[in-house]
Amino acid sequence: MLKTAKYSLSFLLLSSLLLFAENVSAGVWNSPHSASKVEDDVLFSSFSAPPKHLDPVISYSSNEWAIISQVYEPPLQYHYLKRPYELEALTLTAMPGVRYLDEQNNEVDKDAMNVAYSEYTLNLRDDIRYQPHPAFVTNANGGLEYGELSENELQDINTLDDFKKTSFRGLNAEDYAYAIKRMAVRQNHSPILGTMEEYIVGLSEFSKKISEVAKQQKESKQLLDLRNYQISGVKVVDPHTLTIKIKGRYPQFLYWLTMNFFAPIPWEVDLFYQQPGLIKKNLNLNWFPVGTGPYTLVENNPNKQMRLVANPNYHDERYPSLSEEQAKATSIPSEVLQDAGKKLPFVKEVIYSLEKETIPLWNKFLQGYYDASGVSSEAFDQAVQVSAAGDMGLSEEMKAKGIQLRGSVQPTVYYMAFNMVDPVVGGYSESAKKLRQAISIAINEEEYISIFRNERGIAAQGPLPPGIFGYLEGEKGTNPVVYEWKDGKNQRKPIEVAKQLLAEAGYPNGISKETGKPLALYYDSAASGPDNRAEMDWRRKQFDKIGVQLVIRATDYNRFQDKVRKGKTQLFSWGWNADYPDPENFLFLLYGGNAAVTTNGSGINSSNYNNPEFNRLFEEIKTMENTPVRAEKIKQMIAIVREDAPWVWGFHPKSLSLFHKWYKNVWPNEMSRGTLKFKRVDGALRAQQQQAWNQPVIWPLVLFIVFILLMIYPLYRAYQARQTAVIGDGSASVNSLNEKGGR
Amino acid sequence: MFAYIIRRILYAIPILIGVNLITFVLFFMVNTPDDMARAQLGAKQVTPELIQSWKEEHGYDKPMFVNAKAEGVDKLTDTLFVQESLKLFVFDFGFSDAGRDIGNDIKQRMWPSLELALPTFIIALITNISLALLLVLFRGSALDTSMMIVAVMIMSISGLFYIIAGQVVFSKIWHWVPISGFESGWGGFKFIILPVLIGVFGGIGSGVRWYRSIFLEQINQDYVRTARAKGLSELKVLFGHVLRNGMLPILTGVVVVIPTLFMGSLIMESFFGIPGLGSYTIDAINSQDFAIVKAMVFLGAVLYIIGLILTDISYTLFDPRVKLS
Repeated sequence: MLKTAKYSLSFLLLSSLLLFAENVSAGVWNSPHSASKVEDDVLFSSFSAPPKHLDPVISYSSNEWAIISQVYEPPLQYHYLKRPYELEALTLTAMPGVRYLDEQNNEVDKDAMNVAYSEYTLNLRDDIRYQPHPAFVTNANGGLEYGELSENELQDINTLDDFKKTSFRGLNAEDYAYAIKRMAVRQNHSPILGTMEEYIVGLSEFSKKISEVAKQQKESKQLLDLRNYQISGVKVVDPHTLTIKIKGRYPQFLYWLTMNFFAPIPWEVDLFYQQPGLIKKNLNLNWFPVGTGPYTLVENNPNKQMRLVANPNYHDERYPSLSEEQAKATSIPSEVLQDAGKKLPFVKEVIYSLEKETIPLWNKFLQGYYDASGVSSEAFDQAVQVSAAGDMGLSEEMKAKGIQLRGSVQPTVYYMAFNMVDPVVGGYSESAKKLRQAISIAINEEEYISIFRNERGIAAQGPLPPGIFGYLEGEKGTNPVVYEWKDGKNQRKPIEVAKQLLAEAGYPNGISKETGKPLALYYDSAASGPDNRAEMDWRRKQFDKIGVQLVIRATDYNRFQDKVRKGKTQLFSWGWNADYPDPENFLFLLYGGNAAVTTNGSGINSSNYNNPEFNRLFEEIKTMENTPVRAEKIKQMIAIVREDAPWVWGFHPKSLSLFHKWYKNVWPNEMSRGTLKFKRVDGALRAQQQQAWNQPVIWPLVLFIVFILLMIYPLYRAYQARQTAVIGDGSASVNSLNEKGGR
Repeated sequence: MFAYIIRRILYAIPILIGVNLITFVLFFMVNTPDDMARAQLGAKQVTPELIQSWKEEHGYDKPMFVNAKAEGVDKLTDTLFVQESLKLFVFDFGFSDAGRDIGNDIKQRMWPSLELALPTFIIALITNISLALLLVLFRGSALDTSMMIVAVMIMSISGLFYIIAGQVVFSKIWHWVPISGFESGWGGFKFIILPVLIGVFGGIGSGVRWYRSIFLEQINQDYVRTARAKGLSELKVLFGHVLRNGMLPILTGVVVVIPTLFMGSLIMESFFGIPGLGSYTIDAINSQDFAIVKAMVFLGAVLYIIGLILTDISYTLFDPRVKLS
């Protein structure tokens, strides 16, 4: 017994000593990071869900782009600071030039009626080089050194660091063409292939052909070298010039050129990573990207940590600047402009750690171990104060730590959709319209934002979020069906208006005139857990206000999606996040040609809205430049959908970001993910603050050790008494109990 | 004994086929291959062609159990069930639906799980047995009664509370250890100590009560009285006789879990950022990654069977009367 106690005590002391030894040099015990990195230009961040794909041909999620956008460089990027969002060249010498061609490939005027094609010319910079990588190493014959790894060679290779040599080369136009060819291979599952087939000349035919070739190559266990195949609409003019031919006019194509789908892929890398031996070791393009960007991914353990280090070959790029007028227009803080003209990137290394739970993440941020954090619902009250006017500010605790808050409205819309092919809520009759309008007024989105979003959002007036061309501020942007402009702000119409509309729709007080029965509507939702109960109760309450019964049909997400695709719902909630900042990317959600029920479920218009006038206008504005004419047409389209009310216009969420005072140049850019290169950290200040905030509290440890010692002594005495006790001696209580067999 | 082990291994084959069959039926009752494709391909721009190509690429275009289009024996073998199951029996787990080699992932993730589970298991075992013997030594005393009350209290509180309270007290307030994180080897001591102590503490209630009841059954046996009559000290009686004779029921509960230790702990690993296997299956279920689900269910079943065989073998080591035949 005594031995066990001694061992326990020894273990405790040893643990404490090790703990001291480990952390004493850092001055803090609870730091999860090494002291040298804390003081250096290293950024500490986190991710909550491991990315599934880092291959730019398939990757489309924000958590995936957060990584690969630092590694890959598509031809264009969004200006970091300017608002509204503005495109600029990234790997090009200038913005792509465009020529308009007729059917016979003769150049025609931009506004000509017979424009059959648009040809974009991309002139690449000549100073751009890839990160060092073993795929680029060549042997004496000019072939790839590691292009055909034998079983023997593979035995010693488990990570990319196990390759003894690395090399690099310059970026050329063929790499961009190669990326488009990879997109065409159906086995690569590119999510934008379908969209691009509609626009890039020859892509569809090429895709059919190359997918068949890829199948055969796979069966014969041969690598697929895409250099041997060409797309008719994609031409490498010279090593630094590429042309892409588009069907008709499609100005939004430039936005696609900011996305990682169009990031360059060197053929060497593609062939290198196709080797089955490397795939078997999880060394492939899906997990170890290779690009020309400011960072290289040197560690990818999606279950623990991902580490980016600055690309030693990164080209000359400078921190952007704004004119005084532009700065004023965007209300940008002056400290964000201080690094203008300085060479990028500032941060040498970025360490992303997996944090699945919000509590540890939040506490580590407060301790200074993460440089920035979002604001979870649990931490909202601790971090943010909302004034009576709805303005957000930091809590006193956050202010005391020098934490800063920055937020922006996201280019996103959340809405509740009516299924327009449903016989009760759908259709375009006056009564159906009035029923939908009544419900739109009854559902108080402002209340929803306040209760369920902690005021993080603004009520939507239509499908377009702020910052998108066609969105109107103030009174001009008011949805007159649901709101009135009073006292300089939008005010939801009284519930009596909704009741009146409901009566006119044939449901006075929620009772059907035809059947005499109460109107019951069905709301499909995949949010069926106990956490969502409050929200569902709230929804029922909104419908109750006008006497309509809402029946919640909870289901799993798969079934929910299936019902929406097949048009078997009545009401449901959904959302959309912009691919690019163009109204077309929102209005196509209501275009009849995209209706889910008429496209075998693949259409994006899940409410199945189909108004011929809206469709006509959409087809016109779809490929227009942002001109006053386009703005006027968009205004008309928004008026139509407000009147038809196929959606209850929900809200546009606000993203909030908290960051420490040593984290510089934070400026929300909702369209771009490749913004790490602009960020800067003051490591010395961080180390100083971490020390100040995390001094260990010693007294409980001392108290605990004393307590253990105090406990051991009486036990030892009792044991001694027990050992020397005599049977029948009344003082030997333990002994007596033993004899009684007490339990 | 060798014949016994071979027999048990042969018995395991139909069990594993059955487990696999149930996994297939249950998984595909909830998810269709189309749903799985959508889960992998994301919510945007997913066309029927893309789904079809994903299914073909991953073999989910094959029928589940009977291939009506095939000829002869291929009717049964050219099916998803047979194609996917056969490989499991040679421990070829293949690739996840997201494209990662599952065997490689398991190898990589089992060590962090073990680094947490093994010390927790060993320290908990020693602590619980020691405390139980201590209570047996002082049975019926105020110490025994109060410790039993504390044990019930510890059992009654959710493990999640200990995790959050531990993180708040030891990391946030006293700043002793990091709230979460992981490093392999000795450098990771500061990350592991808190989850290990919480794991040990959270299990003390049930562990001590269970071991105490086992030892109390032994303490009034004649052989204990004889040992005392021979003049042995109480410590020798407890550790030399009571513990040894109480080992059979302890082994029944303990040895069976040893092989499953590396499967990890979901909540502990999630809260402490330990990159183990604990969340591997749950994450796979959430992302509808059938390749991982079937591999992990199969592996779990294999390990459980190994645990049972080891338990039987361990009986023979501690009790010479037990013979495996």
